Amino acid sequence: MTFEKRVRFRSSWLPWALVAPQLLVVVLFFFWPAGQALLESVYESDAFGMSSTFVGLDNFKRLFADETYLQSFWTTAIFSIWVAGCGLTIALLLAVMADRIVHGGLFYKTSLIVPYAIAPAVVGVLWVFMFTPSMGVVSHALKQAGVDWNHLLNSTHAMTLIVTAAVWKQISYNFLFFLAALQSVPKSLLEAAAIDGAGPWMRFWTIQLPLITPTAFFLLVVNIVYAFFDTFAIIDATTSGGPGKDTAILVYKVYQDGFKAMDLGGSAAQSVVLMAIVIALTVLQFRYIEKRVNY
Amino acid sequence: MIERRPLATFLSHLIVLAGVLIVAFPVVLALVATTQTSEQIVQNFPMSMVPGDNLWASFHQALFGGQTAKGNTLPAVAPMLWVSLVSAVIISFGKIAISLLSAFAIVYFRFPFRNLIFWMIFITLMLPVEVRILPTYAVVSSLGMLDTYAGLTLPLIASATATFLFRQFFLTVPDELVEAARMDGAGPMRFFLDILLPLSRTSIAALFVIQFIYGWNQYLWPLLVTTTEDMYPIVMGIRRLMAGGDASTEWNVVMATAILAMLPPALVVILMQKWFVKGLVDTEK
Repeated sequence: MTFEKRVRFRSSWLPWALVAPQLLVVVLFFFWPAGQALLESVYESDAFGMSSTFVGLDNFKRLFADETYLQSFWTTAIFSIWVAGCGLTIALLLAVMADRIVHGGLFYKTSLIVPYAIAPAVVGVLWVFMFTPSMGVVSHALKQAGVDWNHLLNSTHAMTLIVTAAVWKQISYNFLFFLAALQSVPKSLLEAAAIDGAGPWMRFWTIQLPLITPTAFFLLVVNIVYAFFDTFAIIDATTSGGPGKDTAILVYKVYQDGFKAMDLGGSAAQSVVLMAIVIALTVLQFRYIEKRVNY
Repeated sequence: MIERRPLATFLSHLIVLAGVLIVAFPVVLALVATTQTSEQIVQNFPMSMVPGDNLWASFHQALFGGQTAKGNTLPAVAPMLWVSLVSAVIISFGKIAISLLSAFAIVYFRFPFRNLIFWMIFITLMLPVEVRILPTYAVVSSLGMLDTYAGLTLPLIASATATFLFRQFFLTVPDELVEAARMDGAGPMRFFLDILLPLSRTSIAALFVIQFIYGWNQYLWPLLVTTTEDMYPIVMGIRRLMAGGDASTEWNVVMATAILAMLPPALVVILMQKWFVKGLVDTEK
């Protein structure tokens, strides 16, 4: 991270002209809004947005005293644990198996990449089509198996629905990273272990898995960020946060409170909390990148 | 392969094949649905997996809209495809262009506040637009950018992923190239255009794929900044088509729209697979 160029160009104005476009966009659409969010989070405005008064940390106090907000935190936690857990396990299984395959590997790889290209909102639409209680193919199969599927009324079903959709979409990404990591494990190590009599199972646990832990950790953070933020469209298309508010994760609640309920101060405070979470995750990730470089 | 284990190899094929089937199933189901009429889909429970002969009609209805047999009036999706394409192209090219320039400045020049500027850009790396939707919406609206391509794209360009990648790549370019270029009398911009840019081809291609998909798949942001139908991207339009999500929905048209919405990004990924995979794995490492 710290090494620099020995040779440089000299100019007093050119570098400024070069960074200007990006700086402009970042300040206008990032720092200004982020600053606004920070500011708004300590003010309270009336319902028409005509006046606002300084309330200090009241918005945050109100937020953390709010049952539905704490509930939403809990929902988000459960959702992201399931998404990250299932997504990583399935992708790892597929990657380990694909790594063994010599013939037909490209076909498998290409097929498994496709979900990455499909928009979360479209995934949501496909899931609704499969799971709608009255006419879905999968809900019919579930009925045959004795499960009375109804994600519009049953919150466990609703959560299962969004988790499977989110995992399905993220498998490509996890799979590609696991496969790349597995393929960079030195073949000589595996061969030596095989000669010493270690079977595939043994080799996986003692050689491959330890060597791909950095990738697994990186993917864990990425998957949590994904579950927190990129799944908005899946939820909006399938459950709209329902039944009740049982699948309203934090990002969905920011949207609902800010745009539907017009609670500006509360929504800004929620944004600030979310920013803090992302920054914490970024720092975590950077710790790991630094470690990796040394390693 | 380390050793020959036919049974294990067979098992691997079986498991990966199961994965492929799970991945393919929703897409195949959508394709089958486009070949039937909406009555056929709703009346049979579960819907028949035998393709019908309504494929052309479903796609025609999706693309150009109009009155359906059930009496619903559907919007045309063709203009939405155009909006999606334009936004995705602006986002990917815009991001790549401004990132190349700023990464070049940060790596190849020393100027006051260079580190501060780097960190200002860098801190935006992981903060997605979803987190700051309300204030960003206020900014865009006060700039009069609602329902414009500028409003749809600029806030999404404000992130540092590409800058970071190009910076990492430029740092690996040998210094001798700069020395040689300078000895031959080339200025910074000549060096940038004739040497650095051609060297960055692979990274640019990979980023194009990633950013095109990112731009095409946006949902929440267009939902906020567009209010007129002629500025809806397809990903947002499809959600509106689905309305109730029950028997009254024209499922064959919705699924045709879904196929249309996933086709361009899927083609980009499949056709540019080699660069995409390399770029994805390198970017995030």
